[in-house]
Amino acid sequence: MTQPIQDSLGLTGDQLLELYRQLLTIRAFEERVKYESSLGNVLGPTHLYIGEEAIAVGVCAALRPDDYITSTHRGHGHALAKGCRPDRMMAELFGRETGYCRGKGGSQHIADFSAGMLGANGIVAGGIPIATGAGLAIQLKQSDQVVISFFGESASNRGPFHEGINLAAVWRLPVLFVCEFNHFGQYTYARQVMRVENVADRAAAYGIPGLVVDGNDVLAVYQAAREAIARLRAGDGPMLLECKTYRLEGHNIGDELYYRTPGEAEAWRLKDPIDRYSAWLKDREVLSEALEAVTQARVQAEIDSAVAFAQASPFPPVEAALQDVFSADYAVRLS
Amino acid sequence: MMATPMPAGVQMETRRITFRDAVREALQEEMQRDPTIFVIGECVELRSAWRTTRDLSVLFPGRVRDTPISESAIVGAAVGAAMLGMRPVAEIMVGDFVTTCMDELVNQAGKARYMFGGQIDLPLVVRIPTGLAKNAAAQHSQTLESWFMHAPGLLVAAPSTPYDCKGMLKAALRGRDPVLFFEYKMLYALQGDVPADDYTVPLGVADVKRAGRDVTVLCWGSVVHKALAAAVALEADGVSVEVLDLRSLVPLDTPAIQRSVERTHRAVVVEEACRPASAGADIAAWIAEHVFYSLDAPIKRLAAPPVPKPFSTPLEQAVVPQTDDIVRAVRELL
Ligand SMILES: Cc1ncc(C[n+]2csc(CCOP(=O)(O)OP(=O)(O)O)c2C)c(N)n1
Repeated sequence: MTQPIQDSLGLTGDQLLELYRQLLTIRAFEERVKYESSLGNVLGPTHLYIGEEAIAVGVCAALRPDDYITSTHRGHGHALAKGCRPDRMMAELFGRETGYCRGKGGSQHIADFSAGMLGANGIVAGGIPIATGAGLAIQLKQSDQVVISFFGESASNRGPFHEGINLAAVWRLPVLFVCEFNHFGQYTYARQVMRVENVADRAAAYGIPGLVVDGNDVLAVYQAAREAIARLRAGDGPMLLECKTYRLEGHNIGDELYYRTPGEAEAWRLKDPIDRYSAWLKDREVLSEALEAVTQARVQAEIDSAVAFAQASPFPPVEAALQDVFSADYAVRLS
Repeated sequence: MMATPMPAGVQMETRRITFRDAVREALQEEMQRDPTIFVIGECVELRSAWRTTRDLSVLFPGRVRDTPISESAIVGAAVGAAMLGMRPVAEIMVGDFVTTCMDELVNQAGKARYMFGGQIDLPLVVRIPTGLAKNAAAQHSQTLESWFMHAPGLLVAAPSTPYDCKGMLKAALRGRDPVLFFEYKMLYALQGDVPADDYTVPLGVADVKRAGRDVTVLCWGSVVHKALAAAVALEADGVSVEVLDLRSLVPLDTPAIQRSVERTHRAVVVEEACRPASAGADIAAWIAEHVFYSLDAPIKRLAAPPVPKPFSTPLEQAVVPQTDDIVRAVRELL
């Protein structure tokens, strides 16, 4: 599955470089999150997207700004690819008032409704039926927007996967279900808990198309998503797109990974989505060494300033703990 | 975290272990004793998310099984296997996820014996790591014991020490009814003494963790340790606090509550969960109904406000009762 990245699908050089910049941004963000977590600045359990960046970037590149996504506990990459700002994300991870959720959500609950990011989710498969509901709203409004639901392969073993996709299929809702097959559900290999090799094989059970792509090939993901999204906008109903990838880091920061088969991660590092894409770009002379250095420096500067922003931001005032349970119409009973 | 002593009066050879090892030892010893016991859950073969099942899959091949992320199937399968005389132990990785298997817990496990006219025993244990963990946020921090007090047919246990945890889990594994066994995540690293020999702690029996004259603080799980710290602080001011660790919420040891409150004449009920319709609300109502004439002051309740648990540290700390809050509440009653 590691053939060279394919033709440029009619993308301009600038568009190709934008994908590259996004891949680098997610990687740099995640590396920094890992570091800041070790310092105790990033709070709480945190799941990194390192190695899986091509999926979020490839899929979201095929979206319009007014489309929607639902995300998972491993959601930083989805959020960044959908247009969330690194500074407000970092502030959220630091538990600060200026974060997307005022410091009340944290890593597993980043959301930015103005960017069409309908929320990370701490409940595995939690986002799947929500995406179906967003698709229903779009259908009722007779709009041509679409929804992407990102989830891991392990989520496909939960009931909400079945119920959410079946309903979307029955009502022909404009939802693309994107499975990120990274081989692990926490400390358990996917092969231990599924009898099918591909989650996409399950699409047949709902009467919708299922497709497997190389999730470490950003252009392959982009092409598949673009075609699926065209189907959605034409009213042809949902689809299941499975992207094969590998979770290069632990389940969460701090995971000792001693259950991982030796040598496996090293083999996957050779298929690193960023290295592969930058090699391809250089091959095509879209990316030069000089431009690579400049892009890396720019990305790094953006992440540095995101951290500075987070650090300079205050923690939320304790009163915030009691706010936003209901609308302003109702109060929380305190005694 | 501070260590906990053995209960007074217990004199045996002891060992010092953590709360998480208390869970593992109880499982290991009971699995050794009873071949019908088996463990299912997510990532339990390796060690479980909380390192409570370490080594068990090696010691008991085939009897400790990883499941898919399928909470309905985990609890439903436990119910079905229990119907056939097995003794399943199901682990729900984080307490908040009980929402994803409520039907199996409430409509199936809790009702099977009754609606089938008492034909079967349902000896299953659902282990539920629960409560606040540092910055785990809204979907990984709740403690929902009270929901299951309201649902008939489920025993609800929530120990506070390694001694109680091991003894109660062993008792649960020798019983005939479904037990929801709440393990406070913040207690896993707590050390305490346990007997070297086999022992059990019966479900439904409260324990006076510290005897006192002036006020009874009623609590369970991780709050017990805050109450004990508050009692120490108040002792310096000459206030004598009794800490009554309920240990089980179903059955609730109402005679022990009565005994204690009749002696101290004052009651503070403290819990980490949200205030409305909580376990503490039920306990306070019971005291008001049955021990009212012994009270010298209104019953006090400390609980979280009815808000989801927030992520950021200052907010997270603000929404659950802390030792200082207990000290203040006790003073207000005197
Ligand atoms: C309903 C539910 N069960 C269990 C968990 C604990 N948990 C969080 S992530 C995870 C593994 C998820 O695997 P997958 O869906 O494949 O996504 P990945 O982590 O591989 O990206 C588990 C077991 C949870 N959050 N929600």
